[in-house]
Amino acid sequence: MLTTENTVQWLTKFGEIISMNKAYLNELDSRIGDGDHGSNMVRGVEAMLAQFEAMEFNHAKDVFKVTAMALLSKIGGASGPLYGSAFMEMAKVAETNDLVTILTAGLNGIKKRGKAEVNEKTMIDVWEPVCQALAENNLTKSIIDQAVQATKPLKATKGRASYLGERSIGEIDPGAMSSAYLFEALLAGELIDG
Amino acid sequence: MKKIINDPSHLLEEMLAGIDYAHGDKLERIKDTNVIVRKNKRQGKVSLVSGGGSGHEPSHAGFVGEGMLDAAVCGEVFTSPTPDQILAAIKAVDSGSGVLLIVKNYTGDVMNFEMALELAEMEGIEVDQVIVDDDIAVEDSTYTAGRRGVAGTVIVHKILGAAAEQGLSLLELKELGDKLVEQIKTIGVAIHAATVPEVGKPGFELADDELEYGVGIHSEPGYRRESIKSSREIAEELISKLKQEFNWQSNERFGVFVNGLGATPLMEQYVFLNDVKQLIEAENLQIEFKKVGSLMTSIDMAGLSLTFVKLTEQEWLDYYHAPVQVTSWGG
Repeated sequence: MLTTENTVQWLTKFGEIISMNKAYLNELDSRIGDGDHGSNMVRGVEAMLAQFEAMEFNHAKDVFKVTAMALLSKIGGASGPLYGSAFMEMAKVAETNDLVTILTAGLNGIKKRGKAEVNEKTMIDVWEPVCQALAENNLTKSIIDQAVQATKPLKATKGRASYLGERSIGEIDPGAMSSAYLFEALLAGELIDG
Repeated sequence: MKKIINDPSHLLEEMLAGIDYAHGDKLERIKDTNVIVRKNKRQGKVSLVSGGGSGHEPSHAGFVGEGMLDAAVCGEVFTSPTPDQILAAIKAVDSGSGVLLIVKNYTGDVMNFEMALELAEMEGIEVDQVIVDDDIAVEDSTYTAGRRGVAGTVIVHKILGAAAEQGLSLLELKELGDKLVEQIKTIGVAIHAATVPEVGKPGFELADDELEYGVGIHSEPGYRRESIKSSREIAEELISKLKQEFNWQSNERFGVFVNGLGATPLMEQYVFLNDVKQLIEAENLQIEFKKVGSLMTSIDMAGLSLTFVKLTEQEWLDYYHAPVQVTSWGG
């Protein structure tokens, strides 16, 4: 069950994991992009955490909205609008308090903004299986890990890595990795009813 | 790299401060943003907002003012501005009649402007957008799905700006813009790539005796590299591409715009225009306006682009010639 409090805890945890893995995300991005995904994400989550410190929230909806604005204004590039869209769409359905509904709305927001589908080596390749597993009530760390690893053999056809074409094969998509941290943080919290 | 700058990471901030100081009588920078808005805006008209990465000066801030844009949103060098900045521009200029965004077709720009559009709608502001994709060099490119948006964007600013000033509604402007964009085609050539200050070296290397056709305004690859040619031969190549695209007939009406990419002197732009003139005379086209100047640059790229606008509607020409009060449109 999603509450204002555990939503803040979830996203705070997400921010912490991102900050710990800044160098790793940069490294992944330098192989198939411009090498700044970690730095950009850290800028975004730091702005988000600063807002969490400064504000009182009445509903998870407001938490998602503030997160959306912080991420889209600080991450920049394409990842900013993609994460921003995800949280904005999540805010719109947050009143259902239903995690599957909310995350599916986020996934659809990313698909719409990026005009991408599964198997294009993007963050969608993590969001989609995670939403599916959540709906079936069996999201585990290993499902998240598998989804990240599954982006390796894919050839990028959307996003910055697509300029590399064949050369993108064999590398983990950095956006898929940062999305995985979001769901690892989710598992660490108490949002999922057992 | 040799440039007259300070710390490259302060470049945008320092440029905006300079713009603010130079043109403070006509322009205003919204506090704590990278948004330049027009002073003394006429109430009641639809507002036009454009922008994108910096490095294309005078685009877009140089076209803010009466008869063109109401606001320009300036991103970091060759990097789209973020939605919160674009939203700040939309909110600052909306006077209740709606806001039209003019966006160059680059993935980052399109995503960020679209996001801002949705945020503005959530706040009850009527917003629509026109995407400019005039570069006929290549179909998909680095940073782009579909054709790139380049120098033709300035012509869209001028014609839509005049139309907005004359009171067209948001819907009418959107339709005019979409129709106009279909009739604007641009093709470029580079003889030296641009150097992004934070990168410190040119975006690609061309030998002293080489040129590349179809390069984009962020040093994206073009369609052919070969040994350097005369202005006349370059004009022949670019016009043959435009002819193929328009499939024009004798006596059709066009506007012509020769745009310098940053490091090519006006002298050479005029030489090139003179070659264009001779070739279009041979094609029997009716040329209704000519424009020359470095209006959509790529930092210090040497080269130029050639834009043709097929004038299928008389109003377009009237809007083109309507008076304008901006810093960089020129005569």
